[in-house]
Order: sequence, then structure tokens, then C-alpha cells
Amino acid sequence: MSARLLVEAAGPGVTMQDEGRFGLSRYGVTPAGPMDLGAYLAATKAAGAESAIEVSLGGAAFLAEGTPLRVAVAGGEFDVRLDGRRLPSACLVALAPGARLTLRAGASGAWCYVAVGGRLDVAPVLGSRATHARSGLGSKPLAAGDAPPIADAAAPPPEPLALIAPWLAPDDAPIRLLLGPQADYFAHDEIERFLNARWRIGARSDRMAYRLEGPAIRHARGHDIVSDGVAMGAIQIPGDGAPLALMADRQPTGGYPKIATVIGADLGRLAQRRPGDGLSFRAVSWDEAVAARRDYFAAIEAGAICAPLPAHVTTESLLAENLVGGVVNARD
Amino acid sequence: MEYVKPRFIDCGEAALSVEFGEGVDPAINARVLTLDARLRAAPPQGLRETTPTYRALLLRYEPLEISRGALVAAVEGLLAPGGIEEKPSRPALRWTIPCCYDPAFAEDIDEAAALLGRAAPSLARLHAGADYRAYMYGFAPGWCYLGGLPQELAIPRRASPRGPTPQGAVLIGGALALIAANPMPTGWYVIGRTPERMFAPRRDPPFLAAPGDAVGFEPIDADTFLALDARAAAGEIVARRDPLQ
Repeated sequence: MSARLLVEAAGPGVTMQDEGRFGLSRYGVTPAGPMDLGAYLAATKAAGAESAIEVSLGGAAFLAEGTPLRVAVAGGEFDVRLDGRRLPSACLVALAPGARLTLRAGASGAWCYVAVGGRLDVAPVLGSRATHARSGLGSKPLAAGDAPPIADAAAPPPEPLALIAPWLAPDDAPIRLLLGPQADYFAHDEIERFLNARWRIGARSDRMAYRLEGPAIRHARGHDIVSDGVAMGAIQIPGDGAPLALMADRQPTGGYPKIATVIGADLGRLAQRRPGDGLSFRAVSWDEAVAARRDYFAAIEAGAICAPLPAHVTTESLLAENLVGGVVNARD
Repeated sequence: MEYVKPRFIDCGEAALSVEFGEGVDPAINARVLTLDARLRAAPPQGLRETTPTYRALLLRYEPLEISRGALVAAVEGLLAPGGIEEKPSRPALRWTIPCCYDPAFAEDIDEAAALLGRAAPSLARLHAGADYRAYMYGFAPGWCYLGGLPQELAIPRRASPRGPTPQGAVLIGGALALIAANPMPTGWYVIGRTPERMFAPRRDPPFLAAPGDAVGFEPIDADTFLALDARAAAGEIVARRDPLQ
């Protein structure tokens, strides 16, 4: 039997992603790709994979079929369990046929990546396996019963390992951004208001855009611009003055002024904020943004460190095992 | 209005917008597309992708491979007189897009005609008689924005969007025309429908008109629409392509 990863359960917004569908923005094609590139790369590098399944706050459960799979998990602080045993939220495990890997929203974070060593054997569309649900490109969002085949399955580790990836550590430091491209559509004190406010991620936030709740930002020169290209992390101020941070599934062009753009090193930290979470911004220079980018990608390039499970997780997992054992005994 | 010199505007540290002027104007758009063609013919190390729009070219680049200053210098070199001549991947084309203006297909033509104070057939004649230019794509894959709409057909966009457009909707909004691909809600008016697929992910090529191509419309009746639609569904390109002189 060939190897497959069976989706046993999936909340909304569980999608296949690779780095993105690039090169076709000139034809209106959204790149999509992971919301948190740093977490995606931590998982895919540890697993030896070219794509991953992105799990949202709704969680998901997976079973291996056919052969033991090498599975890496990395992202926000999700509650990750292997057959009920609690694991670190970033880990590398062997998923034996019939074993169950579950991910649930945990202490913090909004997105988590499940990468399987080998290849998710799904045909690319326009050069990419990334799902863009709005335009119907790539696989449909995954649902219970889906079972993407795995080609060239990689050797799983003998024991579950923790993945130590410092760039995934949550923190409340301000999200750094560069002002522009249309900061000149706002008066100086409106830009100050934007930078000094404490913002909250709105409920209607998704892979396309994060709504920022806080003071209304007023335009000095109207809210219509001639449509132009949009980078990920651009913060657009539409007519109602409520900012939208444009994320992986953004439209490739837009017609509202963009007051600022989140720097590459902080896009993942922004993506991992959940609806209701607070955040603030800090403007930096191009040089500071590039220095942060250099450090960020150097750490990612070096990869996560595989380590034995930390003691506290072992204690917790023993507890979890006892609880699970208790449930099983009660059923017996 | 065209700028004397292009503006270079940061969009984060890994994207740079090169803006050539204010407004929607064929001369400004031609400068955008000339720079685009030159960059594609001789891409500087570190340039990842270019996105042409009405008046600006967005350059996505890797700043760990090329500095902003070096990228600006490369662009200025290409824009200078005697800069590298572009070798377009293909010569510009003129597309003749079959379009059915029958109200059964043109869902909003009566509404738009009433707003413009003219009869639907007159709106259709004016729309089909004009010469358009494909300025850019945006919004969704294969949504092709066209300049050249007759002034008499300029129409304010809806205050709130209508429901999803039919496949292949031909629309007007503001001073522009648009050919849509997949169904999406929009604030524009559906004044016709083409059987042509502006985007078909498994066809080669998946997209038809390139920014800078000329576009015209050829009125067709409902029966012709249905016949051409069946051929387009089977993967045939039913629009006419002619070399642009």
C-alpha cells in the first residue's frame, strides 16, 4: 500500500501550501503560500519536504496510511499530540500507520504547519501546489477523508524530537514596518496616531487580510489611488479608516492608499497574532529592515535544532498518557 | 500627468515601486511596460518578479542579493537613452473578443443604459465600436482592465457590490472597461459576456492578452455565444489574434 496522510478531521482553513505561486502577478494571480514563512520553513526543512499542510485555529487530526511517515510540526504554540501524548508545539515525529497526530489551538499563535518527509504527490497548478481558495487555484481546502499521497517517504526518527527554532518564540515586541508606499496620503499626525496606537486583530481576519481595530486613520488626500501592485504585509487604509494588513491571499493589486508595509522578518510574527490579540507597530529604516531580514533568514537557513523532549513535556505527556489510559480503561 | 523622472517608492524592504506618473494614461502605461520588458530581457541579480499596473511597475527583489541603490541604478540605466533594447517575448497583438450584449447574457445592460440615459443597443454599439488597450490585470486571475472606454459610457461604480459576475463577464466601471474570468462580486456593471476564457489554468497559454495588447469587441448573438462557449469549454481559443502594426 502506498503512503498517504489521511485527514481524519479538519477545521476551516486547513490548506496545502508551498512557498507560493510566483511569476504570474502580472495576470492577476495571487501568490498565496504560507502565512508564516519562517514556521513553514522550519517544518519543511526538518521533514525534508517541499510543501506542507497549513492548519488554522480550527485544528486538525491526521493518520498515516501504508508506511511510517516522517512528520515535522512547527508554527504557533498549538496543542500537539501523538496518540494523546502531549508534544512540544514544534516537533519531529514518526507517524506510524494508524497513529493519530492532533493539532489544536494552544497558548498562542494562529497557524501551524505539518510537513511530511518526501513529496505530497499533488499535481501543481501554474507551477505551485499552494491553495488559493478565492480563485480556486491549487487543491481545495482539506477536509475529513482527504488523503494526499506521499511519494518518496523519508525515514522517520526513532523517537519524537523537539524542534528548537528561536524565530518561532512568541513575543509582544512591536511589529516593525517601513512607512509607505503611500504614506504621503496621510498627514504627519495621522501617521503618528497609527504608530502610537495599540491595535487589536479583528474577528473577520483571514488569509487575505487582518483587520486592525483601533482609532480610525484619516486620509489627507482622499482614499482612492490608481491601483498598483501590493506586497505582502502592506497596510491599506480604506475609506472607513480601519486598517487592513494584506496577507498571503491578498489581491495582487489594490486601489486604496497603503500607509506602511510590515518588514519581512516580522510578517510571521504578525501572522501568528489571533483575532483579539493586541499589537503595536514601530517604524524602521530600510537598513534596519534588511539587517533584521539577514538575521532572520540566516537562522532559518541554519534550521531548527532537533533535541530530546524537554523534561516538563515528558511529565505532562506522562500525565496525558495516564489520562488517556484511564479513558481506555473506563471503556474496557 | 507623466513625471519628469520616475519616483522610486519602497513597499517594505523587498519590493520597490517605480512610478511614472499620475492617472490612467496610455503614454504613462507604455513607459511602465517598456521598463518591464527591459527588466525581463536583462533581469538584475536579485530581481524576483515584476508586476506592471497602470502607472507603476512593482519590483519584488531580494535585498540580501541586491541593494536598493543598485536596483535603482540598474533601472535608471535601462531607462536612459541607449538603455538595453527590450526583446519582447512576443510582438504585441490585437485581440478581437466575441461579446454577446443580449440582456439575457448582459445582466446589467438595461440598468447601465438607464443610468447613462441611452438605449441598451446604443450602449452596446458604442462599447463594441471602441478601440481598447489592455493596461493591466488585477483583482483576480485573468481580470483584464482596459483603457479606451468612450467617455459617454463612463459610469460611477456601484455604492455596494452586485453578486458574483457570470463567467466571462464584460464590464464597465468608472472610465474603464474590463473583461472578467471567474465569477466574483463587483461594483462594476455587466454589459456583455464573452465565451472566451481569459484564464484557463490548464490551457497553454493559460492567459490571452498581455498588458499593452490592443483589444476590440465583436458583437455576437445568443446562438453564436452558445456555439463558441462550447468550443471554448473544450479548450479552443475563440477570440481572434492579429499582429499589431
